[in-house]
Amino acid sequence: MNKPLRRVAIFCGLLVLALLVRDNWLQYVRADELNAHPKNKRVQIERYASERGNIIVNGKPITGSANSGDTYYQFKRTYVDGPMWAPVTGYASQAFDASQIEKIEDGILTGNDDRLFFDRTLSMFTGEKKRGGDVVTTLNAAAQKAAFKGLGSKTGAVVALEPSTGKVLALASTPSYDPGSFSGYHDKDAKAWQALEQDKNKPKLNRALREIYPPGSVFKVVTAAAALESGKITDINAATDTPEGWKIPLSTKPMVNHANGCANASLNEALRVSCNSVFAKLGDDVGRDKMVETAEKFGFNEQQFMPVRAEASVYDKKADRGGNALSSIGQFNTATTPLQMAMVTAAIANDGKLMKPYMVDELRAPSTELIKKTEPEEMSRPVSQKNAQLIQQMMENVVSTGTGTNADLGMPGMKVGGKTGTAQHGEQNSKRPYAWFIAYAKSAQGSPVAVAVIVEDSEGTNREDITGGGLAAPIAKAVMKAVVKSGS
Amino acid sequence: MSVVTNTTTIGAIEAPSRRNTELVLLAFAVVIPVFAYLNVGLAIDGKVPAGMLGYGAGLTLLAGVAHLVVRKWAPYADPLLLPLATLLNGMGLVLIWRLDQSPRLIDLAKRSYGTFNPSAPNQMMYSAIGIAMLVGVLLLLKDHRVLQRYTYISMVAALVLLLLPLVPGLGADVFGAKIWIRVGGFSIQPGEFAKLVLAVFFSGYLMVKRDALALASRRFMGLYLPRGRDLGPILTIWAVSLLILVFENDLGTSLLFFGMFVIMLYVATERTSWIVMGLLMAVAGAVAVGSTASHVQSRVAAWIDPFECLKTAPEGSNMAYACDQMTQVLMSFGSGGILGTGLGEGNSDLIGFAANSDFIFATVGEELGLAGVMVFLLLYGLIIERGVRTSLAARDPFGKLLAMGLSGAFALQVFVVAGGVMGLIPLTGMTMPFLAYGGSSVIANWALIGILIRISDTARRPAPSPAPNPDAEMTQVVRP
Repeated sequence: MNKPLRRVAIFCGLLVLALLVRDNWLQYVRADELNAHPKNKRVQIERYASERGNIIVNGKPITGSANSGDTYYQFKRTYVDGPMWAPVTGYASQAFDASQIEKIEDGILTGNDDRLFFDRTLSMFTGEKKRGGDVVTTLNAAAQKAAFKGLGSKTGAVVALEPSTGKVLALASTPSYDPGSFSGYHDKDAKAWQALEQDKNKPKLNRALREIYPPGSVFKVVTAAAALESGKITDINAATDTPEGWKIPLSTKPMVNHANGCANASLNEALRVSCNSVFAKLGDDVGRDKMVETAEKFGFNEQQFMPVRAEASVYDKKADRGGNALSSIGQFNTATTPLQMAMVTAAIANDGKLMKPYMVDELRAPSTELIKKTEPEEMSRPVSQKNAQLIQQMMENVVSTGTGTNADLGMPGMKVGGKTGTAQHGEQNSKRPYAWFIAYAKSAQGSPVAVAVIVEDSEGTNREDITGGGLAAPIAKAVMKAVVKSGS
Repeated sequence: MSVVTNTTTIGAIEAPSRRNTELVLLAFAVVIPVFAYLNVGLAIDGKVPAGMLGYGAGLTLLAGVAHLVVRKWAPYADPLLLPLATLLNGMGLVLIWRLDQSPRLIDLAKRSYGTFNPSAPNQMMYSAIGIAMLVGVLLLLKDHRVLQRYTYISMVAALVLLLLPLVPGLGADVFGAKIWIRVGGFSIQPGEFAKLVLAVFFSGYLMVKRDALALASRRFMGLYLPRGRDLGPILTIWAVSLLILVFENDLGTSLLFFGMFVIMLYVATERTSWIVMGLLMAVAGAVAVGSTASHVQSRVAAWIDPFECLKTAPEGSNMAYACDQMTQVLMSFGSGGILGTGLGEGNSDLIGFAANSDFIFATVGEELGLAGVMVFLLLYGLIIERGVRTSLAARDPFGKLLAMGLSGAFALQVFVVAGGVMGLIPLTGMTMPFLAYGGSSVIANWALIGILIRISDTARRPAPSPAPNPDAEMTQVVRP
């Protein structure tokens, strides 16, 4: 009987071998695929198994972690002033993933990042519980508060930058949402999420970064820069050869001016009172390609990562002459994020040097040891120093005697430059226009803040009263004031 | 080759008893699970678990008693079987205890039954009963050939055991499989015991009938077909397997019995045609049942592509449940990777119910990784190998067949469970010997080890030295 016995023994060996091979297939070959499978809850469990690190503004955390005692996801994200900071933090939800900084810096916040390997190993020996590292932002709490309060119940967004570095000081968007309302995975979280998803005011939309608006007259700053850079204008106080009722090329319509005294107005005067005809003609004179070049130097036509992604602003590269003329005054296909307009303002306030905007200053290990510090980085030089200062001069005129007087800080030694915009949109301009305001404050030491404000729609305001100067300028003023005050 | 080799279990004239080897191995088999226990405690609570001393003492006591009994009553037994079984049982206890600590499983139990009872203390008790069973086998069964006398009683007993779960009032339907009977407060899985009893019946029956089955056959298309009257028992076993499958929803047990029978038949008759026939009948039976029983169908669907099946299966159906379970098991293995997450630090409890019984191997996969699973598979492989060696070494055909049958059944069970859990074959819902939670399984498998130890003791026992023959010249003993 021994011969078949040996054969059966070999058969049993083959059975075990088959199991071994299968196991290697499963745990070695397919391990990564199974581990990363969307149905695999382990990533989520791991993410919430330990206390998440915090996002920090001015040394204080604006996030927190609560031990929910849940058997699946132990720690739950909490937010301090959730709606105010939502455009900065994004959300981290057990059921609905995460967004923005919470998502981008997830590795640091959960403590799983490779850069925290040393910390993890250390705490393995000291027996400390694992926790995540912190993300220190560049934001200024006072400015953020001013922006959020200023927007109030209106729909809109505010972006404030530090022109010399590109640091984001304020990033507000209204209406906002509380990321803490759906940070868990229970029914009430799902309900809160559903309600936000279905809300027609789109509270989850980050208007400061992800929405592109027609910029209207605030775009004239870019056109002015292009005119100066291309040499079409050398003296900002010289009269331009612009008839009142300048005819749009390839069209029979004349350009409509809301301001008076635009015929042959100088660049300085045209910006002060916001003449459409002068800037449309200037854009036409400069030509599409040069306009596109200047706009792109400011950051148009490209997504910005700071590190949260911002939508690409648009300056139409293929517009015909008429389209280009309209684009030059921020209409036609021109569209921009509030961040983009803040970048334009910051570049001008910084004497022509555009710094790459960023909002994560430092990443810190749980031991508060510094892991990474973001260094300010120059992005481009859209205008020369001389031309930038000329534009500053014109923008300061706008605030001192023009349409932007509401933004005047009235502080000694602090000059303020700005530009209003009232962008019409909708079919036949039927919708309530957008009120824009861009501004910067500047002292002899340089500019501490540049800000862009947009108010999309404001219930209870007469249509005629919706102007950049009336609605948006006071918000910009409050934000600048907060920055200047907190800086001194 | 030298005449006296100590590496085989085939008893040479001066075969060493190897009891001290066994003792040293047993020490490892106790120490390793105790460290594993400590490891789990540190991983979950961050402190030395309170029950460690008791656990260590209990395991030492059980292993010690078993060792002493073997030393006294089966001194020439294979030295590996007892340590291997002890190690597996000890690790099983640790894994079950580890799953007892899972808040998710506690929560699940509370929501489903209102209370949560930890399984580890029960399993410890079952292990003690299992060791008592081993001791009982060694004490009562002085010679395994005694079992030959009970050939036909065994058959009746096996059939009764197998059909008991179908008796109304006695059988209990647990998660769709009717393989349990409830006696008093205990539920017993009679199939586990039937495995042993059937092996005894097959051995006795085949030993007597092997010549008839092997020789009295007609040649047909290159195959030796047996006579109709010899075919009877095979068809009976086949039919009983199918009955179990159909009425008790127990794919694993029916596969196990039929496989065991075919293997033993082949060993007894040395005819390959039996294997061909056995395979054909197994396929026929599987197809017949697979195309009608929804239970089997959902298992097959979950096997072919669990992730896809999860999408297509109707919500809340049996199939969706089976597929979900399968995906959880696969992800458990995948998440373990090469080295595993470490004992106590995995999430294999996501599998839910039966995480500590049918799917306990997934916990090994996740927490000990590829390395750990391979170690466990090799431990099982070693048990099987020692069993087959015992069979080779056995001097009587009955002992050969019984040892082969038992180790073959053990091998099939390991393959069917591990293969099912790892998605190699459809899941059958059997338990990993020694590792999984369940009294019947632990007790029956200890009895199985006991019988193997007994046969190996008989096989390795040195033959009584021949009376000195004054006429003998100096001759060399040449063994076949």
